[in-house]
Amino acid sequence: MVFHPLGRYILLLKAVFRRPEKWNIYRNEIFREMVSIGVGSLGIIAIISVFLGAVTTVQTAFQLVSDFIPKSVIGMILRDSSILELSPTISAVVLAGKVGSSVASQIGTMRVTEQIDALEIMGINSPGYLILPKIIAAVTTIPLLVIISIGLSITGGFFAGTASGAVTQQDFITGLTTDFNSFTLVVCMVKAVIFAFIITSVSAYQGFYTNGGALEVGQSSTKAVVISCIAILFSDYVIAQLLL
Amino acid sequence: MIEIKNIHKSFGENYVLKGISAEFAEGKCNLIIGGSGSGKTTLLKCMVGLHEPEEGSVNYDGRDFTRMTFASRIEIRTEIGMLFQGSALFDSMNVEDNIIFPINMFTQQSHKEKLDRANFCLERVNLAGTNKLFPAELSGGMKKRVGIARAIAMNPKYLFVDEPNSGLDPKTAIVIDELIQELTTEYNSTTVVVTHDMNSVMGIGENILFLHEGKKWWEGTNKEISSTDNKELNEFVFASKFMQALKKK
Repeated sequence: MVFHPLGRYILLLKAVFRRPEKWNIYRNEIFREMVSIGVGSLGIIAIISVFLGAVTTVQTAFQLVSDFIPKSVIGMILRDSSILELSPTISAVVLAGKVGSSVASQIGTMRVTEQIDALEIMGINSPGYLILPKIIAAVTTIPLLVIISIGLSITGGFFAGTASGAVTQQDFITGLTTDFNSFTLVVCMVKAVIFAFIITSVSAYQGFYTNGGALEVGQSSTKAVVISCIAILFSDYVIAQLLL
Repeated sequence: MIEIKNIHKSFGENYVLKGISAEFAEGKCNLIIGGSGSGKTTLLKCMVGLHEPEEGSVNYDGRDFTRMTFASRIEIRTEIGMLFQGSALFDSMNVEDNIIFPINMFTQQSHKEKLDRANFCLERVNLAGTNKLFPAELSGGMKKRVGIARAIAMNPKYLFVDEPNSGLDPKTAIVIDELIQELTTEYNSTTVVVTHDMNSVMGIGENILFLHEGKKWWEGTNKEISSTDNKELNEFVFASKFMQALKKK
């Protein structure tokens, strides 16, 4: 039951990475997708990142009841949790909803309206033309979005912490700059690239094998988001186990 | 010429095509007709490679399409033009980009040459000046004509048309039929039209293949169809009262 879709997914990926018919057409598509996925998601990522940082700071401060623990720990906790978990994972889950559903419904609609058949009749490798630019665009722009998310999350935490009086500016900055392990950034980028690949490839797979009409396109879109989210959380655990 | 030999196709337990063989002549409108579920569209999709038949072969001027790899099929595919039932225009592209798309993908022509070709194709289907419109802004008949313009953009040797008249008013349907016939003569293409529209059958059916229950039931011309004694074909052709009255006359 699991093996059939898994096999089909692998075969689809094999077709996706076949040599493109014309690179300059693919290049234009990649830039178009980068704007759609990257620039198009900047707003939502900015909003959730600021609030994630703010909430994490306030809640961490609330739990620090002991006088033996310095307040600068708040900055340290926010920095590490943003880099390691909040920014890559929460951003990926949000992007699975925004980008994943869009990819699945776009490709699914092309399938049910015979646009994919039209591509194949012309002799174009339809998985390559439709999916490869989306994957390349996602694995290049989503890590950038995650970096922006980290910055905004820390900024949000800084303003929330200092405005509420939970931590002073000096303590927060001391925490941010103490014991920084640059390997956490490597883990963060590995996560971002893998999550980007999962979001686009799983959603494209769901859309590509849509059968039926408008109702099935909606169902594919929903399935794309659900499966992407589960795959993101599972791979998040695997990456954490392997790299940390 | 396209030759199909002993085509079998099933979906699970449902056997749709049960050993169909036929020849589709060059420079003629070859029609595949039959009732709903008779296997017409499945046969067409087997011929163009959208479905893989379980048995049998499809030969394009002696080239066995069914045994070819994906890469070697590309050469034949660039010689194929197809109009889909729902036109299948790319929603994200305007009319001009839809027509230019296959030229962009497979030729090294300059931008001017491509534009000239797009304008020529649009003029050929009487849609000059619609270059910048998007599919959502077109009527059903216009979409079909843009679909035809895209299909002829690469000077096809083989033209496939799936239900060209579905959803069109009778007048527009006749315009589309006439266009298909003119283009077949102009390009000397092997044209295969799937239809169940009797006006098309009588108007452009130079070679007609009637499918029934997944088998080839009858083959002939539009002149022979009204005098045949084939029971199933008669039931299909003269299903409407209008056609029955026509037969009595």
